[in-house]
Amino acid sequence: MNSETVRSPMIKPKHQRLVLVMLALAALVGAGLLAAWALSRQASYFYIPSEIAAHAPEQGRAIRLGGMVQKGSIKTMPDGITIHFTVTDGKAQVPVRFSGITPDLFVEGSGVVAEGRMEGATFVADNLLAKHDEKYVPREMKDMVSARSKQGMAQTK
Amino acid sequence: MHGFANPARFLRMARWLLPLLLVPGLVLSLGALAWGIAFAPPDHLMGVTVKILFIHVPCVWLGMAGWSTIAVSSIAELVWRHPLAGIAARAAAVPGAVFTALGLATGSIWGRPTWGTWWVWDGRLTSFLVLLFLYFGYIALADAAQRDAASGGSAGRVTAIFGLVGAINIPIINRSVVWWNSLHQPPSITLGRSAIDGTYLWPLLLGALGFSLVFGAVVIARMRMLLAEIQTEARLRRKALG
Repeated sequence: MNSETVRSPMIKPKHQRLVLVMLALAALVGAGLLAAWALSRQASYFYIPSEIAAHAPEQGRAIRLGGMVQKGSIKTMPDGITIHFTVTDGKAQVPVRFSGITPDLFVEGSGVVAEGRMEGATFVADNLLAKHDEKYVPREMKDMVSARSKQGMAQTK
Repeated sequence: MHGFANPARFLRMARWLLPLLLVPGLVLSLGALAWGIAFAPPDHLMGVTVKILFIHVPCVWLGMAGWSTIAVSSIAELVWRHPLAGIAARAAAVPGAVFTALGLATGSIWGRPTWGTWWVWDGRLTSFLVLLFLYFGYIALADAAQRDAASGGSAGRVTAIFGLVGAINIPIINRSVVWWNSLHQPPSITLGRSAIDGTYLWPLLLGALGFSLVFGAVVIARMRMLLAEIQTEARLRRKALG
């Protein structure tokens, strides 16, 4: 701390430290924002249907698809465990095939993340995860919600 | 601000502040948990699983508030050389880490029935796990710095810098569900708007307030403990030398 004795008496050491810390903070926030921006695509846990429509991923490469299960699209095949449904983000649709047990929250009109690969134009899922939305509503008020969840569909990513 | 810097004055204040935070904190936390768990109705999709909300949300909130305390105290330590700031930061680290771990555990337990998985590497979950590791690093560094300070070193400043740099993770956790597609849902409560129905929101807010008061009491109790530790060490040192 010998340098403090040489410094001009106009600037108090604590003010200098304050400026240094603020500069360091600004650099830190800048670096963090740059990193987050660079990660903006790679760090996404899944693709939404319009992204798949815009840049079709390679056939067979393992990817995740996320969106809303389109109302009235779930169809169970005669074997009883294979289901077909459509995932939508309001702009594009991707047909999905899945064999297995679905999570409890997997219902029409709710969010879903499917792990699997594209085979032709169909997404073949190995695993389904239900995506919960940000709304918490008691059962008695369920009917009031379905109207709101429809408008939520458009903004869900 | 330097009025609070005097450890003796702080200890006098802590004597009445500690029970003042702890008792209402415990009453509010337990009351809100009882209200939420016993009386809040099942969710329209998740059923009774929704009740883990009342533990999960206060825990993650305090995990993040804990590191915010570390960051603010670190600035005070670096800029004003506030003698209690480093102690406050160290006192907040352990309870912060505990709440972060509880937040991760309750989230995982909630994720299994709701999403269908214990864990995924999405932006929110990963950045929150990073927070836990940052706490571990901070606690290890602060312990090493205390031994260093006892022998006249100044590694305490390194701890403060780490506390400050680690704070960059807090806005990343907060924004992760907005910036990146994640399995975790977007924020339910934003400024002036809540997508959580009032029957859940009230016990949740009261619980968060109660948990926070308890957290404040724990931080004050730990500050007293750390001050006592430093005092004992100095006394022993003087005895050994004198």
